[in-house]
Amino acid sequence: MAQLHFELVTPEKLLVSKPVAMVTVPGGDGEYGVLAGHAPMITSVRAGVIEICAEDDEKISERIFVEGGFAEVTPERCTILAEHVIPVGDLKKARLLEEAKALAEKIANAAEGDLPALQAQQALLDAKIQAVA
Amino acid sequence: MPSLKDLKNRIASVKSTRKITSAMKMVAGSKLRRAQDAAIAARPYAERMDRMLRSLAKNLIIGEGTPRLLAGTGEDKTVLLLVITSDRGLCGAFNVSIVRETRKLIRLHESEGRAVKLFCVGRKGRDLLRREHADKIIHAVEDVGRKRLSFADADQITATLTGLFDSGAFDTCYLVSNRFKSALAQIATVKQLVPWPIEKDEEAAAIPAAQAVYEFEPEEEAILQSLLPRALAVALYDALLDSAAGEQGARMTAMDNATRNAGDMINRLTLNYNRSRQAYITKELIEIISGAEAI
Repeated sequence: MAQLHFELVTPEKLLVSKPVAMVTVPGGDGEYGVLAGHAPMITSVRAGVIEICAEDDEKISERIFVEGGFAEVTPERCTILAEHVIPVGDLKKARLLEEAKALAEKIANAAEGDLPALQAQQALLDAKIQAVA
Repeated sequence: MPSLKDLKNRIASVKSTRKITSAMKMVAGSKLRRAQDAAIAARPYAERMDRMLRSLAKNLIIGEGTPRLLAGTGEDKTVLLLVITSDRGLCGAFNVSIVRETRKLIRLHESEGRAVKLFCVGRKGRDLLRREHADKIIHAVEDVGRKRLSFADADQITATLTGLFDSGAFDTCYLVSNRFKSALAQIATVKQLVPWPIEKDEEAAAIPAAQAVYEFEPEEEAILQSLLPRALAVALYDALLDSAAGEQGARMTAMDNATRNAGDMINRLTLNYNRSRQAYITKELIEIISGAEAI
């Protein structure tokens, strides 16, 4: 089977660039998997986890959390542009839950104008917690 | 005629100046290498962003729903110049050339009847432009990436820029910054940022249609809407990195020249010093001898 070349790029550097069997991408309209030969498409990416299967044995070999970005898929490539990238292993559940609690308090006391920014933060934190759960 | 002591002091002071300039040159050299590495590391993202934007824009028809960052405001009355300079001096003509280019642009746009506004990034540019065009500077930031330039810095400037755009502060925006060509040469260049220029080049048109067909999710315009500010940030980040590398390059060259000049000056002063010392000794000898002869 033809291989899929997966690339994960941040503005600071090219993080991952290697052939893989499959990747799962948290698309803006829902998660989708990409295998070699996928129809070309461009999608947005929401905060969530990218799962990479390096070999054909269908086991996930790497999980990486992204805070949103864009993905370009062609039959032989899958490129993800993301700004903030954290390997799931580096996310600590206890810390995140603490942060979520503090944030919830902040939201409860926040002024009307600050709400959208805080809620965006909360959504991001929720996505992170879901990643480690 | 300066006394011997004066000359000696002078030589000592030029020597310490040379020490400082040669240290600055070395520091700039190592910073330059780091800045260049950062600029190279940032390239893949910019390239892929560009490729994505191009494939998006290729089958886009500019219409009602087109994001304004791409389509423009439909007017051409106010121009914003985003001027990137350094925070520190002692880097030769680096900032001056940018300011000269900016003044030229201001004159050009004003002669065509547009209002000009300035957005200064970097202390030097603001200071130099303030003398003549203080009323045009609507925003200035300094100490951008003082320790290490990160994408967040570029993001912040972009946020300010899009904020200004959304509030209708300007119609078009140009970026004036130094492009890093080599350690010796930085070129002041102007780049259009808003509306985002799309090159409808022949090359892209030559790609077979089957290859160019992408599916979009969500639809193109929604993606463009969120992709464009990112593209803007990437362009800015790229320019900031380039400017940072150019600044160090310019400083290295300037300090190299200064070190060389200081060396020349020390040679000249030492020659002078030795001459006056000899003259002094000769004079004393003559005095002693003529004194002895007189007896």
